[in-house]
Amino acid sequence: MKYIVGFGRFWYDFIVGDDWRIAVLVLGALAIVFALAHHAMNVWWLLPLVVFVALTISLVRETRKR
Amino acid sequence: MTAHEFLLVAAAFLASAVEMVEALTIVLAVGVTRNWRTAITGTVTAFVALAAIVAVFGPALRYIPIDALRLIVGALLLVFGLQWLRKAILRASGFKAKHDEDAIFKEEVADMQAHATDWYGFVLSFKGVFLEGMEVVFIVITFGGTERGHYAFSIIGAAAAFVVVALVGAVVHRPLSRVPENTMKFAVGCMLTTFGIFWGSEGAGIRWPGGDASLLGVLAFVLVMSWVLVGVLRQRHARVRVSA
Repeated sequence: MKYIVGFGRFWYDFIVGDDWRIAVLVLGALAIVFALAHHAMNVWWLLPLVVFVALTISLVRETRKR
Repeated sequence: MTAHEFLLVAAAFLASAVEMVEALTIVLAVGVTRNWRTAITGTVTAFVALAAIVAVFGPALRYIPIDALRLIVGALLLVFGLQWLRKAILRASGFKAKHDEDAIFKEEVADMQAHATDWYGFVLSFKGVFLEGMEVVFIVITFGGTERGHYAFSIIGAAAAFVVVALVGAVVHRPLSRVPENTMKFAVGCMLTTFGIFWGSEGAGIRWPGGDASLLGVLAFVLVMSWVLVGVLRQRHARVRVSA
């Protein structure tokens, strides 16, 4: 069990890393893009915009702690 | 070779090289502190384990529809790339200590001396190569998986990185502290994020204006965004230091 938890933690740290909020925002945005694209709305600009906002929020939160 | 394919090779090369430098630091620490036979046995065993994992799970990827694969891979690359880019921006702006292979090497050597057995050295080098190797496998599969013929490009990038890092490691026998690892990580973070945005959106059903050529536009957007954030955070870091 210890090894399974350790292996899971390795992948979580490797992919999600220090701020899970970025993952939540980005995956949420992808779900919205998917839904809109399947209703004939070509929102190609949405994911880059959410990436910028998510990264900025995460960095501002991190640097305010210092 | 198109610009798209060149970026694929470059991204796979840089990302794999960063992971391989980290694995090499651990193997060198075991080799220098204990003996080279233990370090090499651990490394070879890790390579065999990695090859077995790829042989078992690799062919299954052929059965996943290409759009679903692009969506999954794009999402993974984006989440993974953004945390890499976030760390690189924090390092470049002074808010996080830079990655130091010399310091890591010293820590590993001290750890080895505290547990001076060949078995411990074997486990340490196996674990280092296996875990960093899994990350390289992840990079090759994600970069290559989105276009059926593109495995060749990501494999070429990773293989070139392996040759370069292994040759340099064999020659210098010391941690590669002169490799501009932080700059490489910044570049890799930008590339992973770019491919993540591009493939994630395509997999979700988006048609990019300009087709594949828009990949360069996405890259330009990510680079400008990162430089702006580094600039703003550097000013903030300077203010924090003055007021402290």
